[in-house]
Amino acid sequence: MRRPAEGMEIDGFTLGARLHQGGFASIWGVTHALHGGDMVMKVPTILDGYDGPTIVGFEVEQMIMPRLTGPHVPRVVAVGGFDDMPYIVMEAVGGGSLLERMRGPMSLSEVVETAARLAAAVHALHVSHVAHLDLKPANVLQRATGEMVLIDFGLARHDDLPDLLDEEFTIPMGTFPYIAPEQYLRQRDDLRSDLFALAAMIYEMATGKMPFGQPETLKGVRRRLWRDPVPPRALRPEVPEWLQEVILRGLEVDPARRYQTAAQMMFDLSHPAQVVLTDRAMKLQADGAMAVFARWRKMRKVTSFATPVSHGAQMERAPILLVAVDLSPEGDALAPRLLLWVKRLLTLQPDSRVACVNIIKTAVLGIDVTTDDAGENLHVARLVGLRAWGRGLELPEAQLTFTILEGSDPGAAIIDHAVQVRADHILMGARGHSTTRRYLGSVSSQVVAQAPCSVTVIRNPGVEGNS
Amino acid sequence: MGRGVYLTQDIAAQVMGAIPRYSHRGFTGMGGRSMRLALIADIHGNQEGFAAVLADVAARGCDRIALLGDYVGYGPDPEWCCDKVMALAAAGAICLQGNHDQAVMGGVRDFSTNARVAMEWTRPRLRADQSAFLAGLPLMAQLGEVVLVHASAEAPAEWIYVTNDSRATGALRSCKARVVFCGHVHVPALYAADLSGVVREQRAKMGVPVPLIRSRRWLAVIGSAGQPRDRDPAAGYAIYDDVTAELTFRRVPYDCGKTALKVRAAGLPEALALRLLSGD
Repeated sequence: MRRPAEGMEIDGFTLGARLHQGGFASIWGVTHALHGGDMVMKVPTILDGYDGPTIVGFEVEQMIMPRLTGPHVPRVVAVGGFDDMPYIVMEAVGGGSLLERMRGPMSLSEVVETAARLAAAVHALHVSHVAHLDLKPANVLQRATGEMVLIDFGLARHDDLPDLLDEEFTIPMGTFPYIAPEQYLRQRDDLRSDLFALAAMIYEMATGKMPFGQPETLKGVRRRLWRDPVPPRALRPEVPEWLQEVILRGLEVDPARRYQTAAQMMFDLSHPAQVVLTDRAMKLQADGAMAVFARWRKMRKVTSFATPVSHGAQMERAPILLVAVDLSPEGDALAPRLLLWVKRLLTLQPDSRVACVNIIKTAVLGIDVTTDDAGENLHVARLVGLRAWGRGLELPEAQLTFTILEGSDPGAAIIDHAVQVRADHILMGARGHSTTRRYLGSVSSQVVAQAPCSVTVIRNPGVEGNS
Repeated sequence: MGRGVYLTQDIAAQVMGAIPRYSHRGFTGMGGRSMRLALIADIHGNQEGFAAVLADVAARGCDRIALLGDYVGYGPDPEWCCDKVMALAAAGAICLQGNHDQAVMGGVRDFSTNARVAMEWTRPRLRADQSAFLAGLPLMAQLGEVVLVHASAEAPAEWIYVTNDSRATGALRSCKARVVFCGHVHVPALYAADLSGVVREQRAKMGVPVPLIRSRRWLAVIGSAGQPRDRDPAAGYAIYDDVTAELTFRRVPYDCGKTALKVRAAGLPEALALRLLSGD
């Protein structure tokens, strides 16, 4: 097996300078006559003899990385086997790592924006049924266009592929400051482990400190099963209550008490006003000795947490439903039926998050009148109406959000919002037929044609001759 | 073994025509023509199951078919299945012998009662040319880095069931091939040997391509097309793409009720009919 060196040629690639030397791999700039663009080659640093962990980690990466697509992962150009020199050639992602960015203090708006972008990247990975399981600032890059890019899939697990690491090693694998409690218990099958690491990173961005310090032993890692972190607001008082709520919910010990998907976490990060605050938001100091002792007694015997059957099932259990509610007199007849269908979906998927929207249609040109004659703000009026409709769902507040959208094109406004909140399903009513609609086209048909997800159109059963 | 073991690529190439060779190094996942090999095992006289698999193979565009043995026995249509296999072999399919194919010429060593009864029912139904064809089939074949065999590559004529890590270890140690495909067990399974030679069973999801990564050696047991035993009555087979080195286990639902009725009508043991309906 060859070792990498500057000027070396392999399969048409010429190695340039070494860009980075990590514990398990080195990164080299490479060029190839047939491939354009900036590329880097990752070569594992294999110790003499059989270096199991490094080899298997690299095999996992070679297996998973070529199957990932999209802006949140580096594009793979080529992979090389272990017979000559193992490598992965991928596109070079310009920006530096999150680790470098976190060296200096970050403003809170920067923290929130970065956190939302990170959640978007993690969600994109989870959609392809992959859990990263080693998220940390050093494994996050950012493109010039802003998207976060996740790298280093050596500990990742693809739900549909063999898990080479599962039986290979008997010690927990991950990076100690960010590893989730269930990963410490050697459970490698939960997407929510990534949400724990994500919350740990947001904590660190917001406070400059790691939530569980930097334990050097497994015993030190184990403490997080009962020892809660110091609340971020105790370290940096200007951290808003809602952000502390998001962070501490992500750091819950039991995965069932965390956010269930990255999309839901991202939803909260981009709708601060709608985050439901609990005791977590108000905490100003870590729990006292008695509470920690009680938790220790409970947790010391825990050997595993309940996990969903598969990543796919996990993603589908907690979908985001976007419900477009028509509050106009024309929509009156349909409102109860729309409510009925949302309730039916909620019995099948009780963990759904329901995002209710109503659209204020604005003029294409000219000045908008957002305050009606009575002087009451139209926005507020609509929001009140929307909330009144939503009460009929009898859903806890934490699962409901209400948003008023504005736009000259209601269909486009709904579609844009669905993209933004990563909606899994849109429900909306279709009004009856009318002459104007026949010539101008209906909002629901536009949404059906252009939405990025499933759309269910609700109609009242037609009276004969009227449908 | 004593006979008909095709192990060299030259002989295999003569039998099966020139085998295109591709380099995997610097593989980009795009361009480059791939060779998709359909792997079908344990048909066992099940016309409906076999036909459903062949239809699926045609629909998914495979370039070559490898039949891993046991075309007769248990099922009610050994004649039809034999003719189909002979036609496929004439058209270039790789065709290996299984223990039931060997038994048509006599000798039913280690057969269960039902298997023996079915074999005695099958024998007089086959024409002389069909029996001779089955008896003359090779036990193994090699296709580039892939070895094909009905049972274990360790001792093909011993009809060893590859059902656990240690049996898979034996099969992988006995040859140098990077990938071994076999049948005989009627339950699909996948094993990988890491660089240190340790063999472990691996998770494989139906219908999802699994990359048989080049740093490991692999052994896949292909499920049965004619008598599945993993509690799924749908006919099993697999597709291997030799450029991406991806293996996909597939299941094809077919009218197993019809086959079960034929089993009953033929007076074969009732257990053989029930087994088709439940897939165990």
